[in-house]
Amino acid sequence: MKKKYDIEVDCANCANKMEEAAKKTEGVINAVVNFMTLKMEVEFEDGADHKGIMKQVLSNCKKVEDDCEIYI
Amino acid sequence: MNKKQKRALTKIIIAIVLIVLIKVSELWIDYESFCIGKFGLGKVILFILYMIPYLTVGADILKKAFKGIRNRQVFDENFLMAVATLGAIAVALAYSGDYTEAVAVMLFYQIGELFQSIAVGKSRKNISNLMDIRPDYANIEVDGKLEQVDPDEVAIGTEIVVRPGEKVPIDGVVTQGSSALNTAALTGESIPKDVEVGDQVISGCINMSGVLKIRTQKEFGESTASKILDLVENAASRKSQSENFISKFARYYTPAVCYAALALALISPVISLIIGNDAEWGKWIYRALTFLVISCPCALVISIPLSFFAGIGGASNAGVLIKGSNYLEAMSQAGTVVFDKTGTMTKGVFEVVEVIPDKESFISKEKLVEYAACAEIDSTHPISISLKKAYGKEIDRTRITDIEEISGHGINAKVDGHILSVGNEKLMKQIGIVTATPRTIGTLVYVAVDNEYAGCIVIADVIKENAFKAIKALKDIGISDTVMLTGDRKEVADDVASKLGVGKVYSELLPADKVSKVEELLSVNRGKKKLVFVGDGINDAPVLTRADLGIAMGALGSDAAIEAADIVLMDDDPVKISKAIKIARKCMRIVYENTFFAIGVKLICLLLGAVGVANMWVAIFADVGVMVIAVLNAIRALFVKRL
Repeated sequence: MKKKYDIEVDCANCANKMEEAAKKTEGVINAVVNFMTLKMEVEFEDGADHKGIMKQVLSNCKKVEDDCEIYI
Repeated sequence: MNKKQKRALTKIIIAIVLIVLIKVSELWIDYESFCIGKFGLGKVILFILYMIPYLTVGADILKKAFKGIRNRQVFDENFLMAVATLGAIAVALAYSGDYTEAVAVMLFYQIGELFQSIAVGKSRKNISNLMDIRPDYANIEVDGKLEQVDPDEVAIGTEIVVRPGEKVPIDGVVTQGSSALNTAALTGESIPKDVEVGDQVISGCINMSGVLKIRTQKEFGESTASKILDLVENAASRKSQSENFISKFARYYTPAVCYAALALALISPVISLIIGNDAEWGKWIYRALTFLVISCPCALVISIPLSFFAGIGGASNAGVLIKGSNYLEAMSQAGTVVFDKTGTMTKGVFEVVEVIPDKESFISKEKLVEYAACAEIDSTHPISISLKKAYGKEIDRTRITDIEEISGHGINAKVDGHILSVGNEKLMKQIGIVTATPRTIGTLVYVAVDNEYAGCIVIADVIKENAFKAIKALKDIGISDTVMLTGDRKEVADDVASKLGVGKVYSELLPADKVSKVEELLSVNRGKKKLVFVGDGINDAPVLTRADLGIAMGALGSDAAIEAADIVLMDDDPVKISKAIKIARKCMRIVYENTFFAIGVKLICLLLGAVGVANMWVAIFADVGVMVIAVLNAIRALFVKRL
């Protein structure tokens, strides 16, 4: 299942780092961050609890780039 | 400017004012001379004075850097700037006593960040304005009054009202009124399209003159405008090789430069110490700090996706929808263009192209067409339709009796008392007429009146006016390898191909043959050059997917085509093929320019920094200046109108 989220981040490299962090989160198959449209597309494993996973994604993103936000 | 940017600007201005004040005060006051015994109080005062503007602009960075360390994100750019500037302060404290550089570096870094943020925000806005086709509301008539509702809530089959100046919110059919629609935002076509009752309208068009009532045929989310927006928004998620390269590069570049900085700071002084010379710690640490400033990767990372985004935005404004940066990249490498004949290079509708009355029958051309149209009055065959269209007038039914359709042959009927036979060669043979085949390309319809041969009508698929231009435009941009595939007869195909100047032509292909033909063409090694297939998307979806790059044209409203293709041309003008290639090439040129420019300048600065020619001022230019130039260059990809 794929879902799209609005994000807030200041620099392009930070967006890349968020993408990496999101990808490494458990339960996430793939994640793509689009810096230009400020959107994050996350592909979850089947039957995964996406709300819980997104919380984890956000906290992982915060670790690599403190100044970011994902509107879950 | 948003709140964050305003706050950053205020801080920058305050810091500049403070620095100027300190500099001016230094002209009047000799801080160095303040001493209490041996303790240089002046130095402390100077240090404190300079720390005020430094912290004003840099506190955020220091804070973020600290957080970064706690989260073990060492090579984060805040960390780099913090180390570089704090290091410069330490060097100043120990040696020169001049803090200006450290403060300036931080200041310029912040100015650069602010500029980047504003520039990216602006281009984001520019591009979304270009694609401003999202309708905000739909009008529904309730008790004689118009009510504005969320288009998402309008059910299929609802009648909506679109007034002049408003956007058509949902795809549908006109039930009342007539108007001209501006489709520029969708197709890039500036000539308005006239619509009247019974015509299909697609969402995203702007109603220009009259009030239209439209019965919706799709839900908002399935309507053209929503689909297109979705597509363009998703486009940047399919990343190109260039984008992947640059983000990978950034991942290695920063740590590499940081280790190089560390090596630079240690190696020479240590060697000097060993051989007994002066270590010159200050000089080497300063050079190492310069490295740290240059190591920020943002200029590289921002300019590439921005170029693609601008390129895709500009293209969609010109009526070329590109479904991903990777496709834009592939399009720029197009080497072979394969296209379908019907619907792509020809209009895909039959038209009467020639009327040849028999010399001995004294029948006029008009009469011949009229007779044929009368006989075919009840038939819905494409050929009959084209005959009726060529006649163009209402047919009086009472003139026609005894219609008899002979499958695979044609029609016999009585018109105005004459026995008419309209059909192919077989039908003529049946009534004992031997026909001559005129030297024309197309489908022949023979007409016999009272069992006497009267003449024939030539019907053919018409080549689009722009098709000639399209092939020429492709040749002009260096693509001479053009191939035409068609299911049509060999003579027709060869005729069209030679008229257009197409390189190769394969005719009499079944849909499945087209796929294997494309596969055959794909198997020819053409290096990095890509094979592009252009079709109308109606029955060539498998071919679209099979080619390196599939382009569907005139696909507005056809979901299957939009689904299967990588690039969608919103109107059916074949000239757009070369235009799309030009757009892609321009965008890729900008991408390469930015990549080489940014990496090149940084490497040169690293080199100059290592030998001590470049100081921190040059370094900050390498970071901020390069980024500004790269961002401005990227924006150029947006302007594609005149290509």
